[in-house]
Amino acid sequence: MAKELKLMKGNEAIAEAAIRSGCDGYFGYPITPQSEVMEHLMIEKPWETTGMVVLQAESETSSINMVYGGAAAGKKVMTSSSSPGISLMQEGLTYLAGAELPALVVNVVRGGPGLGTIQPSQADYFQAVKGGGHGDYQMYVLAPASVQEMYDFVFLGWEIAFKYRNPVMILSDGAIGQVMEKLYVGPHIPRWTEEELRKNAPWASCGKPADRDHNIITSLDLDSAKQELHNHKLQAKYREMEEKEVLFEAINCEDAEYIFVAYGSSARIAQKAIQLGREKGIKVGLLRLITLFPFPKKQIAEFSKKVKGMLAVEMSAGQMVEDVRLAAEFRCPVEHFGRYGGIIHTPHEVLEALEEKIIKG
Amino acid sequence: MFNPDIIKPENLVYEKTNVLTDAIMHYCPGCGHGTTHRIVAEVIEEMGIQDKAICIAPVGCSVLAYNYFNVDAIGAAHGRAPAIATAVQRMFPDRHTFTYQGDGDLAAIGTAETIHACNRGENIVIIFINNGIYGMTGGQMAPTTLLGMKTATSPYGRTVELNGYPLQITELLAELPGTYYITRQSVHTAAAVRKTKKAIRQAFENQKNKKGTSLVEVVSNCNSGWKMTPVEANKWMVENMFVKYPIGDIKVDGEKVKK
Amino acid sequence: MTEEIIIAGFGGQGVLSMGKILAYSGAMQDKEVSWMPSYGPEMRGGTANVSVIISDERISSPIISQFDTAIILNQQSLDKFEKTVKPGGVLLYDPNGVFNPPTRKDINIYKVAATEKASELGMAKVFNMIVLGAFLEVKPVVTEEFIEKGLLKSLPERHHKMIPENLKAVQTGKSIVETVFEL
Repeated sequence: MAKELKLMKGNEAIAEAAIRSGCDGYFGYPITPQSEVMEHLMIEKPWETTGMVVLQAESETSSINMVYGGAAAGKKVMTSSSSPGISLMQEGLTYLAGAELPALVVNVVRGGPGLGTIQPSQADYFQAVKGGGHGDYQMYVLAPASVQEMYDFVFLGWEIAFKYRNPVMILSDGAIGQVMEKLYVGPHIPRWTEEELRKNAPWASCGKPADRDHNIITSLDLDSAKQELHNHKLQAKYREMEEKEVLFEAINCEDAEYIFVAYGSSARIAQKAIQLGREKGIKVGLLRLITLFPFPKKQIAEFSKKVKGMLAVEMSAGQMVEDVRLAAEFRCPVEHFGRYGGIIHTPHEVLEALEEKIIKG
Repeated sequence: MFNPDIIKPENLVYEKTNVLTDAIMHYCPGCGHGTTHRIVAEVIEEMGIQDKAICIAPVGCSVLAYNYFNVDAIGAAHGRAPAIATAVQRMFPDRHTFTYQGDGDLAAIGTAETIHACNRGENIVIIFINNGIYGMTGGQMAPTTLLGMKTATSPYGRTVELNGYPLQITELLAELPGTYYITRQSVHTAAAVRKTKKAIRQAFENQKNKKGTSLVEVVSNCNSGWKMTPVEANKWMVENMFVKYPIGDIKVDGEKVKK
Repeated sequence: MTEEIIIAGFGGQGVLSMGKILAYSGAMQDKEVSWMPSYGPEMRGGTANVSVIISDERISSPIISQFDTAIILNQQSLDKFEKTVKPGGVLLYDPNGVFNPPTRKDINIYKVAATEKASELGMAKVFNMIVLGAFLEVKPVVTEEFIEKGLLKSLPERHHKMIPENLKAVQTGKSIVETVFEL
């Protein structure tokens, strides 16, 4: 299929992908640095073309619950926000996971804690992959490193969300949201007809025909024994994701003695650091994580047997590094480097950290 | 024991609507929820909209409403039902999405969702049960608890100094241009039930005609929470609740009713 | 070839759109490009800046702190970005309102009196394209053919009638750029 070239911001690519992927509804609330998502949708007016609903809610609490409503009715619905707004959404996210609803949530992360800064950050890793809301649950978490991936992961997100009936988060950051790059877009995928919806999401509460029982969407079970069974089912689903849905990219790893582990913006910076390192004769590669949950435990375990050390590069005080250490099981040194609070590390700093903390260390 | 000689169509005087399931309700005897459920279900049956009705259940005593209404249903997080109904109704404009909420759900934790759904004039029906207390969690103070009323969290009676005033949210919502029909009813007598059913019918008819938000408040008792017998509770409700929350239409056809 | 550029000036000087046209032109010429603006409160009336990368290879990091070229349109931006030009790189500035001109001796410095020329020719609307022309004279990272294609792609259709004037401004810029210091 012919692909059309555009130049777009990451945030706009999310909106463009929503329209082109047959999204039924977007509900959001403005917050920097992701407001272009809703702005682009409002300019495009998809309700006049594809019939997609776009609504500015009164808060992130409300927008995530609108997503919950749309998802419960079997629709492809999404929202986007940035860190403080995503914190407000935690209630809705755990309800989505508990009620097993497919939905897409984009977090264009900014520096925290609190109101923090509007500059890029990766300090919401724990919140995204360790829960954030209450209860035992997981979201499928994708980490785009380019505008093209912002676009592509919306399509992938729907696939996973409906396959597993589970919320999917695209964990981006202010840099990927704001940068404009080349983007190849494909043709429009039509929204589901009601017939398709009823076939693809037979569990949905969208009106009970006479020939079936009423559908109930809820995350409540007052009977603890049943609730435990429900939890078993959720856990089995998450293990299946770990088995089947891990995505990563190994760059310059074939001969690598050292490995950067990074995702999103940090992965791009690490890639530049590889170039600088190799110019100095340091054999360094990059394991770029694409899914943060499921985490590529096996791959990191394998690398930990081969390399002299790993440097987890992330714009946080050290979050992903914990998972890297768990997977490496002390077979090789694993250290952390990252700037935070909205500061982005430079490739030189990253390489220096590798030399200081791993090679010399 | 059933007597087959009596169970004959010609002897039938009342039949439970198919829009209620056969599940046994968990509500306390004398509570208004059961009656309100029944008349909502009857209206859905009479209008022939069972296949189009989608119930958004709250958190509160009626958290399990989805087990009783034989329609597709969605259980909401506490207070968020109007946001959920907003999305469902916007994506399925020919459906009859309705929320069923208590006073804590609608007028405390869900105030923002309630006000903004009403202000946008979402084409939804809101059934609002006001009994001035949190029943499910054990009788704590609600935003609509009357001054002086004793609850688990106002054990010496609600005071203005400590808790502020009872919230007349229904009157407040009537001020918003998005609301089309706002009425306050009750279900403590047969006559009141008939009037409430008429009001609920009106709300769903408005929705069918895409008029915007309709809200039916049902002032109810909570005999368990109020620690009274059902009969005493109804008497107390008429003498006290109806003073602060007077029965009658507040807004009809988008116009506020002149007192 | 990889060219990493910072364009900085006041909001309203067309800094972001100049960067966008440059990026679009690069994309049309089959290059990899990125355009990364400063954002947030900085957008409100104060200084605006955008970094643009044009490269033959996949761009690793769109966020950079050292530049091959700095295009500077006011004193604040000069103070902030003169030091970020890589040794041997290029600094191009509009002298209008610049009281303390650049002093480095390890970079090439050029100036373009775009503000003055634009007002003289009544071309205030395409002031930024005069600056872009001057840059392309110093560093022809994209050819003129692709500037036109970039304009076609980046400007909304209702502004397409403005394209000839934009191209004329590019020519003007090319002709008035002056060397201040060359290595």
